[in-house]
Amino acid sequence: MYQINGYFEASTIKEAVDYLKENENSQIIAGGSDVLIKTRERKSGYVDKDLVGIMRITELHGISYDESGNILIGSTATFTEVEKNEIILKNISSLSTAVGSIGGPQIRNIGTIGGNVANGATSADSASSLFAMDAIILIEGPAGKREIPIKEFYLGPGKVALNRDELMTHIKIEKKNFEGYKGHYIKFSQRKAMDIATLGCSIMVKMDGNKIGDLKIAYGVAGPTPIRATEAELMAKGMEITTENLDKIGEKCLENASARDSWRASKAFRQQLIRELPKRAIKIALGGGE
Amino acid sequence: MEHKVIGKSVERWDAIAKVTGRANYTGDIPQKELLYGKICRAKIAHGKVKSMDISEALKVPGVVKILTPDDVPEISFPTAGHPYSLDSRYVDVADRRILTRNVRLYGDEIAAVIADSELAAEIAVSKIKVEYEEYEFYLSTEEALKEGAVEIHEGSKNIIADTINGTGDLEAGFKDADFIVEDVCATPIVQHCQMENQIAYAYKDVDNRWVCVSSTQIPHICRRILGQAFGMPWGKFRVIKPFIGGGFGNKQDITIEPLAVAMSMAVGGKAVMLDLHREEVFAWTRVRHAISYKIKMGFTKDGLITAADIDAISNNGAYASHGHSVVAKGGGITTALYKIPNFRYRSRTVYTNTAAAGAMRGYGTPQIIYALETFMNKVSMQTGIDQFELREKNFTKVNDENPLLHMTQHSMSLRECFEKGKEVFKWDEKRKFIDENKGGDYVKGLGIAAFAYTSGAYPKTMEIGGCRLILNQDGSIKMMVGATEIGQGSDAVFSQMVADTVGVPYEWIIADAVTDTDIAPFDTGAYASRQTFVSGMAVKKAALELKGKILEASYHFSKRTNKVTVDDMDIVDGNIIQKHDGQIIEGLGDLALNTYYNMHEGHCLTADVSNRCTKNAYPYGITMAEVEVDKKTGKVEVLSILNVHDSGRIINPILAEGQVEGGMAQGLGYGLAEELKYDAKTGKPLNNNLLDYKMPTSMDVPDLSVAFVEIDDPVGPYGNKSLGEPPLCSPAPALRNAIIDALGIYVKDIPVTPQKIIEALSENREV
Repeated sequence: MYQINGYFEASTIKEAVDYLKENENSQIIAGGSDVLIKTRERKSGYVDKDLVGIMRITELHGISYDESGNILIGSTATFTEVEKNEIILKNISSLSTAVGSIGGPQIRNIGTIGGNVANGATSADSASSLFAMDAIILIEGPAGKREIPIKEFYLGPGKVALNRDELMTHIKIEKKNFEGYKGHYIKFSQRKAMDIATLGCSIMVKMDGNKIGDLKIAYGVAGPTPIRATEAELMAKGMEITTENLDKIGEKCLENASARDSWRASKAFRQQLIRELPKRAIKIALGGGE
Repeated sequence: MEHKVIGKSVERWDAIAKVTGRANYTGDIPQKELLYGKICRAKIAHGKVKSMDISEALKVPGVVKILTPDDVPEISFPTAGHPYSLDSRYVDVADRRILTRNVRLYGDEIAAVIADSELAAEIAVSKIKVEYEEYEFYLSTEEALKEGAVEIHEGSKNIIADTINGTGDLEAGFKDADFIVEDVCATPIVQHCQMENQIAYAYKDVDNRWVCVSSTQIPHICRRILGQAFGMPWGKFRVIKPFIGGGFGNKQDITIEPLAVAMSMAVGGKAVMLDLHREEVFAWTRVRHAISYKIKMGFTKDGLITAADIDAISNNGAYASHGHSVVAKGGGITTALYKIPNFRYRSRTVYTNTAAAGAMRGYGTPQIIYALETFMNKVSMQTGIDQFELREKNFTKVNDENPLLHMTQHSMSLRECFEKGKEVFKWDEKRKFIDENKGGDYVKGLGIAAFAYTSGAYPKTMEIGGCRLILNQDGSIKMMVGATEIGQGSDAVFSQMVADTVGVPYEWIIADAVTDTDIAPFDTGAYASRQTFVSGMAVKKAALELKGKILEASYHFSKRTNKVTVDDMDIVDGNIIQKHDGQIIEGLGDLALNTYYNMHEGHCLTADVSNRCTKNAYPYGITMAEVEVDKKTGKVEVLSILNVHDSGRIINPILAEGQVEGGMAQGLGYGLAEELKYDAKTGKPLNNNLLDYKMPTSMDVPDLSVAFVEIDDPVGPYGNKSLGEPPLCSPAPALRNAIIDALGIYVKDIPVTPQKIIEALSENREV
């Protein structure tokens, strides 16, 4: 059962922001696949709230290119929309793979990419791919618009750099971060559907002849927030794709990770996945297959 | 004997209503006025409630009443869905109260709110303040049995029972052995995850008795336990079971019904509904016993078992429920499967502070079969004796008497199951391919396991079934049974039996969605895979009786015009015929009209049978599994899996296949993924929800192959043996054996998760 105090349906960003500013008890709700679960579980901060619905704000819909050729994803684009979108499939198909791995069809039809990111969970399937693409989060609040790199947006488990009267409006992927890159996302979970990642790994790789020109490796659940394996990325530049080199890259990834023991999985097991998954993702992205 | 309806995949009578949503389940049935109940659960794992403050909770708008242990009878009652025992030595342990001050597990039921909405009840529960006195708590049997452990139930020493069973001379048997093998293993706590959560509502009826409408597998037993829980005559209660969304044994136990009735009693008989959440069902209804085994067996050099010593310790959780009978069953199952001349089976059942373990599909058999069949795998690998040969050599045979159950089995087709399995599964082809393609990160393996089971609970408990048949005015037949349809299709199968035996089309039989203890004949319910076998005997007896009455009546009404005798009459396709030439005497409809309306001689034809069953027949079967293991991540892909069953004659092949597939999927989860976990610091369940408890989805289950070896059992009413529980008994060990075959390293305890595989690989554990 859901103890909810009120519901306000915003039709513009301004309406939403104004309401959020005025009402201290307000809480944004998009698809509801996170908020309503927390309300049902009576989690502190989610009970008896005035919910602000944002799904009908047209400014937050859709996926498009901006004038510079960057990709703009509206924060209320659903997982299904992102998964099937032509722009996404053509340029950043790993994001399509990532959001296509979330929950089941019903959840993907209501859950939004903005909610996935704003929820602040390290396990969010879209987040590691967005980290690998150095995504920029567009925010609007009473003080106007601002932009923040996704790395700075994540502050800690469940914590993001979004004030309670601000709205995350878009996710921007800059052209320089996808043009010429190939990417892949691997979700390791116990089940093939309806599951949360034990570890998620997303990579973007750009080749320079037969050598790695640039490599970005991002993880979910390898730390309290999604992370980048910057040490491995640095080392990988200029390397050829050989089994030995991939092993080295995988091993190096552990330097940035801070996997821990939990009842869901041991640290040692997560570390094995941290080593193994980027190698596979790189091979698949480059068409080496699995 | 030739059958017209038995053995056919007729459509179950409730299929259309179910798929179109017209079938009413407990939660669908409207009441004029309905109140909602919510349980207040303890937030410690072991201790006592020192004080409770409900004042803030009472202020929540919509709250009608709050019950504490002071408001319910001070009567301890048993909850197991067993037949009542007249022998005081075998009565179920009575260790439950409707609400308790003694907290025995995290979430124990210490108070209950009644409100005009579920939300109001929930808010009120969150405002109840409780003070506790805390004790040490125990999540494992080792901890609960340690010196000086606090007793979870006073005077129990935390042991429900400790028994030894067996046959022959163990020492002599080991002396005769050429070699001895030993092994240990452990199985996890798992949960039924039946689709429909526990739900019940109760009210005072127009005749001032208490009605409880509940999603239960055991309406008649439920009525008895309500009587016991309130210390009132059992007839003061009426239990009604509507359509049920599955049970798997979780509803062969009394969980929420007494509280639902107590809540209605507290509000003057208004209807009060208790509708558990999935999280509550996981953690606070019933679970499967986690059992650990120590096995030692002696063999001759040819692989014949000379002796076996099994020591089983069962975690029963916080309340006795079905108690010791679950682990104890393993002894008789072992000797139903393997011929063991010298055998000792020690079993202990222990209280801990985890969820109460009760009945779950297989009733201790998936556990003992896991232990035995992984053990046989080890013996085969250590000795080099072929795993099929090793098993076949030691299987029991037709007409063997089970030394523990003292029952003789009359059909046993495990060797045929292996033979059929090898052919359907293409075992030899697969074996050859795997042996020729070794190496790499992805490795394949094959595994097998065999099992034995029982049909019903005789001779452990009494077995009784009831059936009432009424010939309607048009010749259709109303069938009433006490056996419980819980989704498995028993009503369809009983209808087939009646149609086949009387000699009418299947469509002429009218079944019941509802089992009502005021109306339905007495039958103890859906459990022990008993209904097609035990209740089927009652159905057959009633059908034969009705058929006899029909023929007598037809003879009576037609004797002036016909010369035929009763012995020369039969019923075929709804017509009464002369046997010698097949000529139709009259339609059953015409005869029925006469029985109802003949001014001088009419009387309605009915048969009302109660039948005691004093037999058992063991069903058998095997699983063959092929897996691929990813050595770098530990991920297991089940490539193919086959169950072959010897359940005697199959009454309805499509329903039978469905039942086998469901059991196989459950077995797959049992072997590879499922485990209910607890926080070592607080005793709180960690994953009592469908996200964190890794029950497989349809995407995780490969195509399931099913085959039957159909040899009539002479004891079963239609040559049939049981099939409900058997499918779940052997997949887990077959899958684990396949993983071992693929990796060549030792992983033992289920579920065999990716993490366990990676750990075993990194330690390079030898078999």
